[in-house]
Amino acid sequence: MATKMQVSLTVNGEEHDILAEPRELLIHVLRERLNLTGPHIGCETSHCGACTVDMNGKSVKACTILAVQAQGAQITTIEGLGSPDALHVLQRTFREHHGLQCGYCTPGMITRAHGLLIENPSPTEEEVRFGIAGNLCRCTGYQNIVKAILAAAAEMNAKEAAE
Amino acid sequence: MIPAAFEYHRPDDLVSAIGLLTRHGEEARVIAGGHSLLPMMKLRMTDIAHLVDLQGVSELRGITVGEGRVTLGAMVTQAELIGHPALTQAVPLLREAALQIADPQVRNMGTVGGNVANGDPGNDMPGLMQCLDATFTLVGPAGSRDVAARDFYHSAYVTERADDEILTTISFAAPGGGYAYEKQKRKIGDYATAAAAVVVAKSGGKVASASVAMTNLKDTPVWSAGAAAALVGSDCGKDAVAAAVSAMLGDIDPSADNRGPVEFKRHVAGVILARAIARAWSRA
Repeated sequence: MATKMQVSLTVNGEEHDILAEPRELLIHVLRERLNLTGPHIGCETSHCGACTVDMNGKSVKACTILAVQAQGAQITTIEGLGSPDALHVLQRTFREHHGLQCGYCTPGMITRAHGLLIENPSPTEEEVRFGIAGNLCRCTGYQNIVKAILAAAAEMNAKEAAE
Repeated sequence: MIPAAFEYHRPDDLVSAIGLLTRHGEEARVIAGGHSLLPMMKLRMTDIAHLVDLQGVSELRGITVGEGRVTLGAMVTQAELIGHPALTQAVPLLREAALQIADPQVRNMGTVGGNVANGDPGNDMPGLMQCLDATFTLVGPAGSRDVAARDFYHSAYVTERADDEILTTISFAAPGGGYAYEKQKRKIGDYATAAAAVVVAKSGGKVASASVAMTNLKDTPVWSAGAAAALVGSDCGKDAVAAAVSAMLGDIDPSADNRGPVEFKRHVAGVILARAIARAWSRA
């Protein structure tokens, strides 16, 4: 067995030091060691996007990153965006616009949408569709997901304009 | 899916990285963004004892847009390439192609160096770099050498790069004129069923120069000198395009797979090249 390595990560603002085998994937560290089960494991082949988290300000697929590669990284998962008592705007608009059905893709979808709206705060419908192309949903047909993201963008921009 | 066990190294500079490759020989592999390599490791289709992560090697980063010449560090990600205004102004073809690779998350990790060095016939950058007549710089224990992209690919996953060499930079002259990267794929994130990179320069209403390269239609990228020659001197009309397509079809050698039988791929290759030429010419 390979030597275990010390990995320091900041996840949702909290620092964690873990001892990981080099072959351990970031998604397993998040889910099984830090008990952050929001990011899901879907296809495990970097297609579906259910495992999407934010790493150093960029959307990434945590199933295709080794924990040791993420040494020193700032990670945000869906748990870091909002909570049941204080939903993130995107979580609320997904609910309001029925942007989910089974819910399996939802944490990754919202985490990616969050990254997209930072990259492009006022996307067109086409830009939303292109921006979430790395996240698959087998239930909704995407229509309501796109509506939810556009509604969140409008709301966030209106709030910013008011401030 | 979890990869088999390996030792992980994160060198701080190129000399240390090459030292690790020299010490561990063919048991070692470098990892850049890892979005081709890690899936292979997870599927246990490749056996690596020492993984050398290049993310700490600053010499491999950076985009330089100089007087007519562009240099890309191997660790430049597809997202960085897309988001670089000066690069897009100098060579808009790169951004057009990179946006057709994978999806946003994968482009945040996947690098241009990994894409060209991997030797996967499905990767888009090798054909593109052949179209641009790019030069790859390889650094190994004996020093540095330059290899033309058009000479780099021997067969699928077999390239001119030796086991103890690292592809450090990609450089090319910014082409003037029109350009297009046209890709037919089954869905976003898929490799090409067929893709074409075309640059074309116009002078007095005629094609002054052209370059054509195709992706995923052979076990290496295909730079088609014949297709370019068929365009040069013409008005890029129907006959010239048909001659270019015909020349290209003589150079490709697709195999049947889940993207379709050989005849279908040859058909798609012709359609895609004709579209790419038309779009490049419209921009020339």
